[in-house]
Amino acid sequence: MLNVGKIEEGFVLDHIKAGEALRLYRDLGLDKLDCCVALITNAKSKKMGKKDIVKVECPVDMLDLDILGFIDHNITVNVIQSGEIVGKQKLVLPKRIVNVIKCKNPRCITSIEQELTQEFILTDEEREIYRCKYCEVKYGAQRE
Amino acid sequence: MLRHLMSPMDFSVDELSRLMDLAGDIERNPKKYAHACDGKILATLFYEPSTRTRLSFESAMLRLGGKTLGFATADSSSAAKGESVSDTIRMISCYTDICAMRHPKEGAALVASAKAKIPVINAGDGGHQHPTQTLTDMLTIRSLKGRLDNLTIGLCGDLKFGRTVHSLIKSLVRYENVRFVLISPEELRIPSYIRDDVLEKGGIEYKEVRQLESVMPELDLLYMTRVQKERFFNEEDYVRLKDFYILDKKKMDLAKPDMLVLHPLPRVNEISIEVDDDPRAVYFQQGQYGVYVRMALILSLLFPEEYKVLEQEG
Repeated sequence: MLNVGKIEEGFVLDHIKAGEALRLYRDLGLDKLDCCVALITNAKSKKMGKKDIVKVECPVDMLDLDILGFIDHNITVNVIQSGEIVGKQKLVLPKRIVNVIKCKNPRCITSIEQELTQEFILTDEEREIYRCKYCEVKYGAQRE
Repeated sequence: MLRHLMSPMDFSVDELSRLMDLAGDIERNPKKYAHACDGKILATLFYEPSTRTRLSFESAMLRLGGKTLGFATADSSSAAKGESVSDTIRMISCYTDICAMRHPKEGAALVASAKAKIPVINAGDGGHQHPTQTLTDMLTIRSLKGRLDNLTIGLCGDLKFGRTVHSLIKSLVRYENVRFVLISPEELRIPSYIRDDVLEKGGIEYKEVRQLESVMPELDLLYMTRVQKERFFNEEDYVRLKDFYILDKKKMDLAKPDMLVLHPLPRVNEISIEVDDDPRAVYFQQGQYGVYVRMALILSLLFPEEYKVLEQEG
């Protein structure tokens, strides 16, 4: 059994789908922070069989967790202060996602103007549909 | 606040109504507006070729007493040297007062509007939006039918790639008691983001059919479209579908005496030339309404205080 020590202040992101921790590490911009991060992959889980866990030691106001809601709103976000869980943060779908996912429509202006931000807007909350701000193509689809 | 036109949905129903009232006044009193844009310059930035739209914009500005400058292909612009849309529009903002832009990439006009110091009109961005065509269609219908509500509208041909069809549906569902008959081959059916998100979601009455003849008698309007070669990746599919529907005199005989035939043009084979002389064929008149509506649009964007067509809050 692998043991990773407690953190004093920060977040424990639990119930991440197995194999997704590294993507999450990049999408949250953790590689750009000068703080202690532990990635645990394929941990045993009663609920999921296998899961990933990410522990981040940083001030709690330092991380923008909005993007987590887009990646997977089933992730549990435990907020840690003084070594104890002081709360769980509820994940919601962000209204906008900037520079996390890329528009794959070859006809989109972002395909030729590289300096543009990759921006997606939540257009249907119920069905969790995001569309490119520029060409309005649904994320994950070419023009229907 | 600076307003632009990216999509026909940018304008509210009230704004559209005032815009069409202004276009109507221009039609009746052209002399009144002959110097309305004296000293103003319209830039026509056309990164891909277009005859009708570019000339219609230029005609509109010239009829208002203004001047135009621009380019008609990307080769003759600094885009050929690799300049971005953002940089080009910053320069154009220094040279002109208003701009109409056509670009093969979707969202290009939106990029321009974010950096522009002048109003930007989207004159077509790939397969995405072509708002002034929709305004033209709406003005034609309102002028010749006298209303935009209580209509049964047939849309025929390429309903999958035809952006004019998508924009027109989205715009007309905002009016009371509008019903759609969607006539297309299986491969060119209306996409789900119009069928599900606009028609189903809005509780709009519609039906999808394969045959044109059987529905002709119930239509108040028939909007024909061309199967566009440039939207196909496969030549075989294009050849098979291009002549699926041909509107001829025999089919027109089945229609109501006051039904109107519209087409965004250019027409290829889908409307037989024998239909051109039928008084119900109004696709060439559409071109005239296109100039009036662009004149009204230029005035509304350039002089918002004077014409009071657009809300200032944006």
